[in-house]
This record gives sequence, C-alpha cells and structure tokens, in this order.
Amino acid sequence: MEIDDSVSIQPFTGQKASIATILCATCGAPIDGSTGVAMCYDCIKLNVDISSGIQREATIHFCRGCDRWLQPPNHWVAAALESRELLALCLRRLRGLTKVRIIDASFIWTEPHSKRIKVKITVQQEAFESTILQQSFEVEYVVAYHQCPDCAKSYTANTWRACVQVRQKVPHKRTFLYLEQLILKHNAHRDTVNIREAKDGLDFFYSQRNHATKMVDFLAAVAPVRSQKSSELISTDIHTSTKSYKFTYSIEIVPICKDDLVCIPLKMARTLGNIPPLLLCNRIGNSIHLLDPNTLQVTDITTNVYWRAPFSSLADVSSLVEFIVLDIEPLGATHGKHVLADVTVARASDMASNNNTYLVRTHLGGILHPGDSALGYHITGANLNNEHFAELERNAPDRIPDVILVKKSYPRKKKNKSRAWKLQRMAKDESEMLPRKQDQERAERDYEMFLRDVEEDAELRGTLALYKNTRKNPPSGTRMEGVEKTGDEMDVEETDEDDDEEGLPEIGMDELLDEFDELNVRDHDEV
Amino acid sequence: MALRAQFENSNEVGVFATLTNSYALVATGGSMNFYSVFEAELADIIPICHTTIAGTRIVGRLTAGNRKGLLVPTSTTDQELQHLRNSIPESVKIQRIEERLSALGNVICCNDHVALVHPDIERETEEIIADILGVEVFRQTISENVLVGSYCSLSNQGGIVHPKTSIEDQDELSSLLQVPLVAGSVNRGSPVVGAGMVVNDWMAVTGLDTTATELSVVESVFKLGEGMGPGNVQGSLRDTMVETFY
Repeated sequence: MEIDDSVSIQPFTGQKASIATILCATCGAPIDGSTGVAMCYDCIKLNVDISSGIQREATIHFCRGCDRWLQPPNHWVAAALESRELLALCLRRLRGLTKVRIIDASFIWTEPHSKRIKVKITVQQEAFESTILQQSFEVEYVVAYHQCPDCAKSYTANTWRACVQVRQKVPHKRTFLYLEQLILKHNAHRDTVNIREAKDGLDFFYSQRNHATKMVDFLAAVAPVRSQKSSELISTDIHTSTKSYKFTYSIEIVPICKDDLVCIPLKMARTLGNIPPLLLCNRIGNSIHLLDPNTLQVTDITTNVYWRAPFSSLADVSSLVEFIVLDIEPLGATHGKHVLADVTVARASDMASNNNTYLVRTHLGGILHPGDSALGYHITGANLNNEHFAELERNAPDRIPDVILVKKSYPRKKKNKSRAWKLQRMAKDESEMLPRKQDQERAERDYEMFLRDVEEDAELRGTLALYKNTRKNPPSGTRMEGVEKTGDEMDVEETDEDDDEEGLPEIGMDELLDEFDELNVRDHDEV
Repeated sequence: MALRAQFENSNEVGVFATLTNSYALVATGGSMNFYSVFEAELADIIPICHTTIAGTRIVGRLTAGNRKGLLVPTSTTDQELQHLRNSIPESVKIQRIEERLSALGNVICCNDHVALVHPDIERETEEIIADILGVEVFRQTISENVLVGSYCSLSNQGGIVHPKTSIEDQDELSSLLQVPLVAGSVNRGSPVVGAGMVVNDWMAVTGLDTTATELSVVESVFKLGEGMGPGNVQGSLRDTMVETFY
C-alpha cells in the first residue's frame, strides 16, 4: 500500500539562492529577506491594524415622510434597504476610508426595526514597504430620524409662492380626469408642493414662480385655456426695495367638452365658412374642433376667438339618449373617419310602446349598422334654454334636426370591475368639507365614463399612459357581456357580438406599460 | 552586552549618538535619561561627550569616527569643535571635512580598520578618511542603497546590514571588511540598522522597540555575549525567546 505523505509541509530548507535569510523581528521565524521588511506576514498582520483610522460606528439620517436617506450635506436620496445605493451612501459616510483600498463591502442582515444597519467591509493597504495587508471589519450604522426639508415644507401651511388655479365650469369632472392623466404622463406635476381639489377644478401650488409658469404653459399647450395672473405683495424692504410676492394664475378651461352639442352665434358661424350653427364638439385640443353632422363640415375655434364671443354648450353627455338603428344608408360623402349616412332610428325607450322613428343624417355611417344602439341628443324632446338656439329656432326652425347622433353605444355591464389596464392617479388634498355621498357617486360615475371613453377612443388613448393591471388578470369569464372570444385572448378587451370588424378598438397588452410606483402617485385601485 | 534605550521617544539611537572604542558622543536632550544609559556602562572606561553638532542633536548622523579619529562636518561651530577637543582623548584626531554630503554618519560606515563610503564622496574626503581614521576606504553600496552608514552597522567583531542584502553582496562586503556580516533588523523590523543602533567592540545600544530576536542577532554577530559566535544564532535564540514570554 502506498501512502503519499511526501507533499505535506515543505520544511524550511535554509537559504534560497542569493537571498539572505533573516529572522522575523517578533517571532524569530527564519524568513526571506527580499521584501526588505524584517517581519513575517503573520506578524505584520498581528501588529498592524490598517483599519484603525476608520470609524466603526456611524449615524445615517432617514426621513420617515418620504423614505429617503440624507446624503450630506443636503441631498436626500431614495434607496431600499440592502440596495447598492444605500451601500454607497453608507461607505461615503465613513471617514478614513479613502486612505485604504476597498475590496468588498456587503450588508449583514439586521432586523429593520432595530434601526441598525451593519456593513462588512474588506480593505487592503500597503503596511510596510511592499507588504499588502487585507482586513475585514464590521461597521454599525445607527439610523436616526430626520425630517427632510421637503417634508417639513409639505407639512407647513402657506409655504407656496405661486398657485395655479385651474377651473372649468361644467357639471362633471371628465376634463380634469383627462387632464390628470396628461399631467401624469408628462410629469408636469413634478415641482408641485401641493395639489388641492377645489370646486370646479384643481389648485396647484408651487414653491417658485417659474414652476407655476411652466405649468401654465403646459396647460395652454394641451387645452383651450384663458389665463390671468395676479400677484399679492407679501413684504417689502424699503431699504433695498426688494419685494416678495405671491403669484396666482387663474386658468379657465373652455366649458365645452367632447361630444357636447353647441349652438354657436350666427355671426361667428358666418365667419367660420358659413357653417350651420348647430354643431357637435368633435375633439378638444388646444382649440375646439366642431363638426356639422349633416355635412361633415369641420371647423375649429381657437381660444382667442372663443373668448371674444363665449358660448356655452347646449347639451352635454348627461342628456344623451339611447337610440336603436333600424336602417342605414350611406350617402357616399366621407371626411376622415366620418362617413355621411341617412339612418332611421327609434328611441330605445320607445321600442316597446310606439312606432316613432326618426330619419337622421349622421356622420357615424362608418360604424353604425342596423340593430346597433347609438347615443344622441333628442332635440325635439328636449327643453333647451340658450339664446343662440332660440335665435336659430326663430330664424330657421327647419334646419334643426329632431335627433343628432353622437356616438355608437356598446353594451356593458353596469360597472366593469375587471379591466386589464389601469391608470395612475395623483394624490390630491380634498377640499375642507367632506364630499357628500352623491358627490362621491358622481365622481365615481364620471371616472367610469372617462374609462369608457379611453377604451372607445384610440386617439384619446394615445395621449395617455396606460398601465398593466397586475392585480387582476381578467379571465375570459369576466369579460363584458356580448363579447366574442377571438384568437388572442390577451388582446381582447371587448368586441361586439354582431359585428366583429366594427367592434371597439381593442387595447392590446403591448400598449400597456409595466407598473411602477412613483412617489405621491397612488394606484387608483388601492385608494 | 546589548542595551535598549530611547532618545526622547525616538528609537533611532544611532541618530543621536556615536559610539567608538575610545569615546562616545551623545546628543543633549531634554532629560538625562539617554545620557545615563551610556554613562552607566562607559563612565569609567571611555569619555562620553555631551554635545551638539552644528547646533543640532543628530550627532550620530553628522559625525563618523573610530578609535583613532573623528570626522565632523564643516557646519560644526568652532565652539563645538573646541568642546570636542577638550572632551575626547588627545590621541583621537578630530577633523572638519568640507564635503557636500555633510551627514557623514550616513555616508561613512567604519570600524578601526576599514571604512565603506558613499560612491559619490569627494576624492579629498576619501583621502582624509583614510588619513584621519587610519582605515582602508572602499566605495560601496549596500543592497543598492548608497547611504552605507544608514544601512550598515559595523564593529571590529562583525556587522549587520540591510535585510534585503543578498548573500553575494554580503560575501563581497564581508571579504572587504574582514569581519562576519549578517542581514538583520532593529527596532521591530526596521531595516535602517545604521541609524537604529550604535555599537563598539564590547557593547551595543539599540532602540527600545528592538525585540529579543533582534537583540540576540545583534549580540551574536557583534560577539557581545558569553561564548557567542555568528554561527550560533539559532542556538542562543531559545533562551531569549523564553525570556520574552515572562
């Protein structure tokens, strides 16, 4: 039997060629003198503490309000526990660490409630002339609370310097829901100190005036607005003649929304290419786009023109009535996606009781089919109170149709709880008074209406940021009634039973963004 | 006999003292502790001169000497020179040297018979060294270091050189000096053996940090203990190491 014991420990054989053997100064072991240090590596390791100049305890500050860490002198950085950012911050807090070379650093797990963070650091340094020592040690950080100036400011009343008051005098909140999404998508709310809900609108508060003007410019770019600036003198120093002001920008959004029926003044109608005065609001950009459903003629009214002779809407979406399409006959004229057609409709509520039908000319020829239901204004059955409309009734009563169809209506459940997508919401302060129950219901209804608009209008959807709803994965059973299964299950939002190709525009998963939780923005579902 | 001493918290004994077989120079310090170490050993054998050189206390680095002579730099004041003449024996020749490399202790390493000098030293200086100290002079380096006085400590019995010095270099130097040499350290691993200790034929003074191991090397190579030879380092080591444990 062979035992290989020859390769255990090499005994010290004396001198290597030409290199002197010296004795280690502390332990007396014979060592190689070529390093120029008369001490063996172990003795150097025992005698020299390269981490002696480095703190073993430190304090780091943490703001409970916004979960951020103080990076001296005055930066506040967001970092999760045991993250790279936090490690960098911790290492930066240690004095004396610059003199050595950091080889490795890692967190040692500690209970978060202990308010202690432990970091294990390995450093290297040259101890004597050519001996590199490596050493590991632990540093304990105490997490101390410290309210950051941003949070301190947010908890203090009246710290704003500039305020933007956005108002729209309409009975619903859909415009603001849309505006909220636009603001979120463009991150226009980044500099706001506070956002407060007020009657008919929102107040945005800023700590600096230029942030407010930026917001005003943003609003002017996305909506038809009129703005007015006012300033309030807070204090003045007569010696240096420096004054401090508070600025308030009053922004009024044109009180006309998409799908509203408007009757413009006759004089204005003549200047706009002699368009008939009874028009549908087709789209709102930073001007008002109006459409005549009888001729497909379109016009847009810029903000200046509007405010020269303001008019209000004749009827809004709340007075839409459901009609059933009995027959449709395209007339051939098209303009964009609009197709002119003659359509015979009956009120859905009349269907069982009588045989009243209306022959209507509409721009929805492309999407309506016999049997579909459509929403429209029933003008003969409505009591409209408007001076321009009264004038029109006086001058040309024959030019007023009985019914104006606005959009196609899709059958739905009462409330669709299981959408595959969702929107972010901004965190806002409510006004002082608690909302009444009916106000809450109305807000919910408005939000639901807005979500439906988003689903139905691809053009509108393109301007928003939609997120995947990760909490609910709508299985096929939770789809809306009347939805047919198509090939790609994930893509299906809703389709109409009767007409496949004419169904709702689907929201594909590729349109949706992965969710991320931003500060101040809470998910709608969790509210 | 090897001693440990400290000059005002400094272990570099060779910086503040010069020791030969016929006299010793010791720097004037704030206290007499350092002087007392020398006095206790040498008081009735050789004169100890308490002095400054050029107003500084680094007498060991500025001067070089042996039994026959003493060399001081040109910056030495007349008063100091007079004091030296008065203190040390008549037989010792004292000479001021006009040399650019004025730290004579760093550039000259000598015993009573041989001297190693810095390779760049002036020719006149070399002649004066040979003349005053009565030695053979060799221009040498010690493991590539030109400051032979700093990296070599020499007596008539033996010598210690920088720990990096290779065997070949040691052999060459040893054949020039005609004494055994060993590579070693003082003051807990410091390679500056010339500045870290002073030695003559019967005693050595090293820094207070010098370990038992180093001291045993010093005693054996300079033959300061009883029955010690340079080959006997390992054998004597055991006793000194045991001593450190108590």
